[in-house]
Amino acid sequence: MTRKQRRLVLIGCSLAVLAAAVGLILSAMSSSIVFFQSPTEVAEHHLAPGTRIRIGGLVKAGSVQRGDDLRVRFDVTDGKHDIPVRYQGIVPDLFREGQGVVAEGVVQADGAVAADTVLAKHDERYMPKEVVEALKKSGRWQEGEAQTARGATK
Amino acid sequence: MIPELGHFALVLALALGLMQSIVPVLGARRRDAALMTLANSTAAGQFGFVALSFAALTTCYVTSDFSVLTVFENSHSQMPLIYKLTSVWGNHEGSMLLWVLILSLFGALVAAFGRNLPLSLKAHVLAVQSWIACAFYLFILLTSNPFLRLHPAPFEGRDLNPILQDPGLAIHPPLLYLGYVGFSIAFSFAIAALIEGRIDAAWARWVRPWTLMAWMFLTLGIAMGSYWAYYTLGWGGFWFWDPVENASLMPWLAGTALLHSAVVMEKRNALKVWTILLAILTFSLSLIGTFLVRSGVLTSVHSFANDPRRGVFILAILVLFIGGGLSLFSWRAPMLKQGGLFAPISREGALVFNNLFLTTACLTVLTGTLYPLALEALTGAKITVGAPFFNVTFGPLFVALMCVMPFGPLLAWKRGDLLGAAQRLMAAFGIGLVVVGLTFAIEGKQSVLAPFGVGLAFYVMIGALVDLAERMSLFRAPLATVRARAAGLPRSAWGTAVAHFGIALSMLGIVCAGTWGTERIVALKPSQTVSLSGYTLTFEGLAQRPGPNYTAEVARFTVRQGENVIGIMQPSKRNFAARGMTTNEAALMMRGLGQLYLSLGDTKSDGSAAIRLYYKPMVMLIWFGAVIMMLGGALSLSDRRLRVGAPKPAAKSSLQPAE
Repeated sequence: MTRKQRRLVLIGCSLAVLAAAVGLILSAMSSSIVFFQSPTEVAEHHLAPGTRIRIGGLVKAGSVQRGDDLRVRFDVTDGKHDIPVRYQGIVPDLFREGQGVVAEGVVQADGAVAADTVLAKHDERYMPKEVVEALKKSGRWQEGEAQTARGATK
Repeated sequence: MIPELGHFALVLALALGLMQSIVPVLGARRRDAALMTLANSTAAGQFGFVALSFAALTTCYVTSDFSVLTVFENSHSQMPLIYKLTSVWGNHEGSMLLWVLILSLFGALVAAFGRNLPLSLKAHVLAVQSWIACAFYLFILLTSNPFLRLHPAPFEGRDLNPILQDPGLAIHPPLLYLGYVGFSIAFSFAIAALIEGRIDAAWARWVRPWTLMAWMFLTLGIAMGSYWAYYTLGWGGFWFWDPVENASLMPWLAGTALLHSAVVMEKRNALKVWTILLAILTFSLSLIGTFLVRSGVLTSVHSFANDPRRGVFILAILVLFIGGGLSLFSWRAPMLKQGGLFAPISREGALVFNNLFLTTACLTVLTGTLYPLALEALTGAKITVGAPFFNVTFGPLFVALMCVMPFGPLLAWKRGDLLGAAQRLMAAFGIGLVVVGLTFAIEGKQSVLAPFGVGLAFYVMIGALVDLAERMSLFRAPLATVRARAAGLPRSAWGTAVAHFGIALSMLGIVCAGTWGTERIVALKPSQTVSLSGYTLTFEGLAQRPGPNYTAEVARFTVRQGENVIGIMQPSKRNFAARGMTTNEAALMMRGLGQLYLSLGDTKSDGSAAIRLYYKPMVMLIWFGAVIMMLGGALSLSDRRLRVGAPKPAAKSSLQPAE
């Protein structure tokens, strides 16, 4: 083979592998990506049951109900809409009423979300970034709130 | 006084850095040896001043000087000494200081050990190294000064983020940074070669030990980080495809590719342009990793305090070095002479295959990590790209790579014999297939893919052994010959086999723990029991235990296998009053190469507790494999041709020995 032919073989192989990778990426993009939504977006979009989403907001005060076998129900709110979430398992240590939360799960026929993952913030000082933005959108977030939260933990 | 001293030392390091950025380059233009060798002393001086600065900051932490802002924010007078030390880099400012400390250390090492380098190449390498250092000195001094003072000084600090109060954190970031920053040497060598417009096999020989060293540290750092996340996050997972983890995986993938392509360049003088490009890309990915972690554009399980303002500065550094490096590459690379020819089926061909798959795998990780950012910037939609995405994109590419891996070392340079290599690998194929069959027979059809994964891991492991056996003529020659050949085998051949064996071990661990691991989440009252995979755990009750700067709630479990008591597990939750935070301390029990993993959830006033219990067979192999990979790197590094001051081979007398 000449140098040119060898180079063509090499470029051909590279393109084939790249094409395969792009194919894999595109197919994965369409099936295994989860969108983050605020409770208002969930309420307004009328998502089909079976859609996988990530929902973030505050745990509504007084909404947490604990059942047998570590079942938990609570509402995620952004002040405008409340979306019920069901979960079975251990909630994070900083999961509390009135605090930020992110839940990932599947939309059910009754409009609730059956979560398989519940995340709370790691630390008293920080809110999950997504929750802050969801609250900002619904007008419930005041700048400086983070500062007060900071001062309070001193 | 001490913080000011540290601050001043850093400014002096910057001044030396600026000098080293310009003078050696001028010296190389004018062929003035005195100007070029100036870089040797300034590199040592930079390291001295940064070390002084780092020592000053460490002193502030050890003496709990809360008049320094970063100490106040990240330390506490009651913290044990070890965490006072680790909190030096457990925050943004300190970790950047550690970054430049390691960067200047590498610069000083090149100056000290590069005695055999051609004068102008060394001058250019040290100048480029200093450009990087100056950018980061400026970054620290202008946006993240760790020596800022508070007035009046508070009495008590805010404590280090409790998640980071762990021995694992003591070693993880320095190792990771040694890896990231080590690749800067490869970058500097590549840029220097482009500036000089000249590159040869000797260049690859000089770059390889540095790359190998960086790769070893990065391998160990990633493994440590993964083990740390495994036992502190309390979910029993060892890899979350979290952006911060991806940020360390990408330079590792590119660095692994670079190691392999540098071999081709060194032995066969081929793939020059590609190797230069990889060297630039590998360090670029390290910079991107730093940017992603430090700028606060990502939320992650590992990220701690960060500030978007700094992102702009790091982004500027990123654009400057990646953009500059790639522009220089596109301008100068066509001038580099083409190297040796090879057939597609050859050792070179196999290494090209390796590079192709590693860089493509790296590309999929990059896409998955950056796509959410791009989408949010363009449309405002927020998405999560998690494990399912990476499993279907990264997974197949890596499996393909593993399938071909044993062939590489068995093929000859220039023109290989694929059929011959396949025949020699018959034993590996055979054992792999038998293992697939056995796994199906024992575990049933719970998972169809997993037995093939196990078989593939065995095939790669046996393949690595076959390579060694072939080189020693094992089973073919008399024992004395075999022994002589084993003794004469270059260390780099051992290194290859050991590293390949290591990655297969890791793969075995991942497949086994992922497929046959079992899990139970239950709420228990005292004296109730729970069983999992043949183990029975009895809940004995809860107790409070004070720690130095926390109080722990400890649950006590007696573990039985059958009727025999085999031990006690005590998972706990630590409550850190200073931050109002709780951390989870999982209890681990080794069972052979597997582990029982128990973590404590909510507790109630009636003494009942929610627990997560996992049995993870073979899980330790994941990290053992990484350690073995690192040992393979160390063996390769100790090869005589890479050793400092090694005698020159007679045939290549025009070349200089390594370093």
